[in-house]
Amino acid sequence: MLGFIIQRFMQAVVVMAVMSVIVFCGVYAIGNPIDIVIPPEATEEIRLNTIRRLGLDRPLYEQYFIFIGNLLQGDLGRSFVYNVPVLELIGGRLPATLELVLISVISATVIGVSLGIYAGYRPDSWLSKTIMAVSVLGFSVPSFWVGLILILTFAVNLGWMPAGGRGDTVEILGIEWSFLTADGLSHIVLPAVNLALFKLAMMIRLARAGTREIMLTDTIKFARAAGLSEATILRRHLLKLISIPIITVFGLELGSTLAFAVVTETIFSWPGVGKLIIDSISVLDRPVMVAYLILVAFLFVTINFVIDLVFALIDPRIRHGASA
Amino acid sequence: MTDPVLSVRDLRTHFFTRAGVVKAVDGVSFDLAAGEILGLVGESGSGKTVTGFSILGLIDAPGRIVEGSVMLNGTELTSLPEAQLRARRGRDISMVFQDPIATLNPMLTIGQQMRLAINAHEKLGRRAAEARAAELLTQVGIPSAEARLRSYPHEFSGGMRQRVAIAIALLHRPSVIVADEPTTALDVSIQAQILYQMRDLAAQTGTALIWISHDLAVVSSLATRLAVMYAGRIVEQGPTATLLRDPRHPYTAGLIASLPATSKPGEPLAQIPGTTPSLLSLPPGCPFAPRCARQTPACTEEPALTIEADRGWRCFHPVGQMHEEPA
Repeated sequence: MLGFIIQRFMQAVVVMAVMSVIVFCGVYAIGNPIDIVIPPEATEEIRLNTIRRLGLDRPLYEQYFIFIGNLLQGDLGRSFVYNVPVLELIGGRLPATLELVLISVISATVIGVSLGIYAGYRPDSWLSKTIMAVSVLGFSVPSFWVGLILILTFAVNLGWMPAGGRGDTVEILGIEWSFLTADGLSHIVLPAVNLALFKLAMMIRLARAGTREIMLTDTIKFARAAGLSEATILRRHLLKLISIPIITVFGLELGSTLAFAVVTETIFSWPGVGKLIIDSISVLDRPVMVAYLILVAFLFVTINFVIDLVFALIDPRIRHGASA
Repeated sequence: MTDPVLSVRDLRTHFFTRAGVVKAVDGVSFDLAAGEILGLVGESGSGKTVTGFSILGLIDAPGRIVEGSVMLNGTELTSLPEAQLRARRGRDISMVFQDPIATLNPMLTIGQQMRLAINAHEKLGRRAAEARAAELLTQVGIPSAEARLRSYPHEFSGGMRQRVAIAIALLHRPSVIVADEPTTALDVSIQAQILYQMRDLAAQTGTALIWISHDLAVVSSLATRLAVMYAGRIVEQGPTATLLRDPRHPYTAGLIASLPATSKPGEPLAQIPGTTPSLLSLPPGCPFAPRCARQTPACTEEPALTIEADRGWRCFHPVGQMHEEPA
């Protein structure tokens, strides 16, 4: 097990190193942030001073190594636009994204897996057919459009939910959270539904496919022959047997939604990191972009690592294979 | 013979597929006495396994028991509500499957799986359940059973896994165990061990066995009675020794003739010509007629069951009874 962890750790280091080079070069290849940072009427002297101050006069590789040097000391640079440390900027926005994404991904998984198991367990019932039809919709309707329709229906026409923003927050451990207040919760509902729809559809399909396959196996027949009740079979046998692909997709979706909830956050003016990155790109705020993308890479590496550990935890075959 | 523990009468299990109705089991009847071992023999697709599943009421859609009766200890199983049927499965009647690798859940320990099977019928504490599980594992010949409860199926060999499956089937001391080719997937050396162990266990516990197999040689060394299945029907049944020595149905005779032990060394094994008919398009009358050397126009009628002492067969022109053949 230890060897497995060390091996994965080395892989992660390599991935992060490669990722940082790609991100750094990629971001530096586009646009000139100076034109945005200083006013057009600034003198040539101010212009040159700013370039020097931001370190943009040095060659790319030098800039890269300065960046890496700072990174290793926990400094991801200062935003060109806000002139505050990037980490502070991202850290201030992260809780908003975190609560929105966790709520939507977790509820999508719980509801999706339950519906999917039902649909796989009783494939011919009309309810299952309805579930599957809805899941096709979840797949095929673009998320921005769903967001707009949700606002139009529930915020504008029915007036049940607010159309955007975070609403009231409470501070816990120095961080502002929306989901702990009634008002904040009512603000979360629509964007969370918007984010969850696609994942819900995917979880339904995954769980259904797994259930249909597993229910026909001898394992289930043998459990039935031993007199186990259907509820026990579903809970104790099936759930474990279909869990591997579901956990994989859960992890990947969690990562990609945390990183790129851009569309939903923009539509619902949710002050999360997705909105931050979009704003940063439009003003060419390089430190924010680079730091953000590197953090995202780190996030994915971490999530994948955790998923592998969870696999080893629930599937003895993987656990023993890894230690051998 | 005392009252049978299991009595199957005119059982018909049909599968309603898009291509048509597959009559996988079509009029099977037999009795099973306490402690008896019945060998159910036939080629692949003859309906042996479906018969086994039908007895336990484990037929999945599109299949269905359309007719017949399965009496277990005086209770009619086919009309029992699912909940009551479930309460009998594993307790009064259980089953062992062909492939031990596929039957055990790879993600649960042996102990967990055995506890699930115990708790399905009685609420025992963890300690008591584990003690019972360990006791059964020891009985089926698994060394250091206590420690093995914490092992996962992949840590066992195929033969050991099958022993675990057998232990699970025996947990509640059922009156009947349906063993569906439990040794087919195993090494030949392990096969014999498991075979005789199961026979001894059945004898010790008074459990009756239905031993399903395509291998007449294996079954005949084990079973007290044989039932030969062909195309969803039992074409002949009787005491093993009688059937082997003096078969009546030409199909039984063909099976016996094709056993390697009955052939002379150096000569090709005897075969039954042709193949098993598709259950979708059975010929009218005797299903074996197209492959039968003794076929006559009479065979387009369904042969009735002929009963003679403790045996029975379905054939108009039984082997060894030429003098009785109608002119």
